[in-house]
Amino acid sequence: MNWSELLSAPLAFKLLALAAVIFAIAAVTLRNIFHCALALAAMFFALSGVFVLLDADFLAVVQILIYVGAVVILMIFAIVLTERIASASMRQTNNLVIPGALLCLALLAGLISVIRTAAWPVLETGPQQETIKIIGRQLLSTHVEAFEVASVLLLAALVGAVFLGKEITKK
Amino acid sequence: MTPLSQYLVLGAVIFVIGLFGVLTRRNAIGILISIEIMLGAVNLNLVAFSRFVETTTLNGQVFSVFVMTVAAGEAAVGLALILALYKSVRAVFADKFNILKW
Repeated sequence: MNWSELLSAPLAFKLLALAAVIFAIAAVTLRNIFHCALALAAMFFALSGVFVLLDADFLAVVQILIYVGAVVILMIFAIVLTERIASASMRQTNNLVIPGALLCLALLAGLISVIRTAAWPVLETGPQQETIKIIGRQLLSTHVEAFEVASVLLLAALVGAVFLGKEITKK
Repeated sequence: MTPLSQYLVLGAVIFVIGLFGVLTRRNAIGILISIEIMLGAVNLNLVAFSRFVETTTLNGQVFSVFVMTVAAGEAAVGLALILALYKSVRAVFADKFNILKW
């Protein structure tokens, strides 16, 4: 990637990428954890816009349904159940801010240099169509074992969440 | 059409932001939010590869369906754990969760 390529990117991608990055930074750094959860929802909206640009219409809708509709709601439930103690006036970061930032910047520099130098085997194809049909067929033919394991995993997560959330009786 | 590398750079930036959050947050719910950000960046990479490299089988999109499944289960179990810990420790800060030490 070079900067002239970045300037020639479509406006929709630039706007969505900027929104995603800004909301991701907000979700990570805001002091009020409730605002963080809302910024997370906004970031997933922007990311699903990027998915639409990548012709992944099904995944864009599924992302909004699962993340914004379920995961963020679950987090907001957990936040309001614990809010009295997790108030915004307390310190929200640990002592690792500067080393963590340095480590993350180093990782980012490494990733970008790899992305720029690697020869990606890119195929030039037209826009993808009928993604839902292909995904459904793949899920029930090639990836059917993983599909079944995922259902068992979800059942285990359900039972585990109910068990952990249950009132623990003191002996 | 935006080239593949720009999607990968966007994914890398978002992943690093999430990693920074995991490293620096004290609030356990904030750590879970940061993990979700990292998983979202991974999904973006998978979808970008399925658009540009594996275009016929859509394996990347199928994989990101599985990633979302695991992320949803992880969020449910993680938040239940945080609530159970909150009941016993009366805190949601990760440095207060030291009851496994002795």
